[in-house]
Amino acid sequence: MTSLPQTRGNARLGLVIDLDVCVGCHACAVNCKEWNTGGVAAPLTDLEPYGADPDGVWFNRIHSYEVSGEDARTVHFPRSCLHCEEPACVTVCPTGASYKRAEDGIVLVNEDLCIGCKLCSWACPYGAREYDLDAGVMKKCTLCIDRIYNEHLDEAARVPACVATCPTSARHFGDLGDPDSKVSQLVRERGGYDLMPEMGYKPTNKYLPPRPRRRDAAAVGAPAALEPLPQAGGLLGLIDRLLSG
Amino acid sequence: MHPASSVIVFTTLSGAGYGLLGWIGLYAAAGLLPMRPLFAVVTMLVGLGTVTVGLLSSTLHLGHPERAWRALSQWRTSWLSREGVASIVAYIPALLFGFGWVAGGALRDWLALIGPALTLCAIVTVICTAYIYRSLKPIPRWSNGWVVPNYLVLAAMTGALLLAGLARVFAVPLPGIDIAAGASVLIALGLKLGYWRSTGRAKPVSTPESATGLGAIGRVDLFEAPHTSENYLLKEMGYRIARKHAAKLRVIAVVLAFLAPLALLGAAYQWRALSLPFTVVAPLVALVGVLTERWLFFAEARHVVILYYGRRLDDPAA
Repeated sequence: MTSLPQTRGNARLGLVIDLDVCVGCHACAVNCKEWNTGGVAAPLTDLEPYGADPDGVWFNRIHSYEVSGEDARTVHFPRSCLHCEEPACVTVCPTGASYKRAEDGIVLVNEDLCIGCKLCSWACPYGAREYDLDAGVMKKCTLCIDRIYNEHLDEAARVPACVATCPTSARHFGDLGDPDSKVSQLVRERGGYDLMPEMGYKPTNKYLPPRPRRRDAAAVGAPAALEPLPQAGGLLGLIDRLLSG
Repeated sequence: MHPASSVIVFTTLSGAGYGLLGWIGLYAAAGLLPMRPLFAVVTMLVGLGTVTVGLLSSTLHLGHPERAWRALSQWRTSWLSREGVASIVAYIPALLFGFGWVAGGALRDWLALIGPALTLCAIVTVICTAYIYRSLKPIPRWSNGWVVPNYLVLAAMTGALLLAGLARVFAVPLPGIDIAAGASVLIALGLKLGYWRSTGRAKPVSTPESATGLGAIGRVDLFEAPHTSENYLLKEMGYRIARKHAAKLRVIAVVLAFLAPLALLGAAYQWRALSLPFTVVAPLVALVGVLTERWLFFAEARHVVILYYGRRLDDPAA
């Protein structure tokens, strides 16, 4: 049923992505591909993977931006499904293949019902849905539903593959519906925000902005200014003078 | 947006078919429909034929056409589903009307009642088609008030031109059809020019800055794309058309869809001896024009996902 659930649990499972520490290494995208090409949405088809023009399904794409201005910088930006509260990708689906789970808000595709009309991908502003040309159905991030509830995994591993692998801990997984959860606290403390709020999709995932750049030497623990070294005397001073000359 | 030929053919042909069925429904309601079996058979075949070919064409771009029946289930939320349901419901008055008109009999007395039902079903189906596009917020050129009137009037226009041509071929009196066709061409032209003017001037609401949320720092440009070759998103939603081609195609669309049919209708009126070829060519030229217009409707539409690739909605090269 593509109507959004009328009664919702309190849980809003999602990701908080810290743009301040992401180094753009693509490890999250690679581990996502690795896990999900064997998971519920498997396979994530690759066409011509070793050819001149490879094309394939990925749930996670890492963009890098040049942000200009006074505080100019390069920002690495992972983009994946935001598991929106108002997901038009679900309501436009004519078959009922797309749905939003009432209990935790995860947006999923039932591939057995999908006719591959692609309308959901048109309805998503974030490019979260990718069509599998080989399977003829739409695929998307499942928030690693086959990991986060998987009792065969160690408890510490019950997080999405992208979160598990991030070497800089730029990705956090948790319940954004619980105001006391670690992710909700992070969003509060760091001013986490929605992407394209003007679209009105109310994304669950939040992004943490890069921290202001630390320009002063003092801000990184160094002395506020460089001071000349005192002139050495004796033999060392003699050698210094000879070499400097 | 990638201009998929199956969808372009579908919306153009089924629009013309529903337009034609809508007009004959109106003529029946007004008691002005000539009871000529041959005219009736051919008109119904053209109307239902274009609608059916269009609908079948729309399933060609599906990944799983064999599951297309499932698309009838989610009419509560999905305009695509509503369109599917409406198009099937429309067959009921269309077939009843066809039998009544062609075979006569008891149904003939009901044509004045079935006619308005047919017209209503035709209008509802075209509105559902238009709302599939109208309801997509990520595509500003579709998500605006011009789209539904454009689809409706273009359907009425191509339908009226077809009906005028058929009436001339069978030498059947159909009072006012030429005027209806001419007027709908003028209204459709006005609406299309209005659509182009309005969508061309609209300031984009979403930008790479709002898409990334990094606007507070400064202007956002793509430094490195996530992938080296085009992916599904760029092929489907990042379709690019050269500005000079778009300008030329707009001229072609305006000439073929509106100006040529208008001139042909005028010529048919002026030179009665040649009115048959002029009136028959008019709808054919108009259909080619509307196909061009529909191709542009897709090719010129930009999806906000391109913002993540550093392309701006108001950049002509994007």
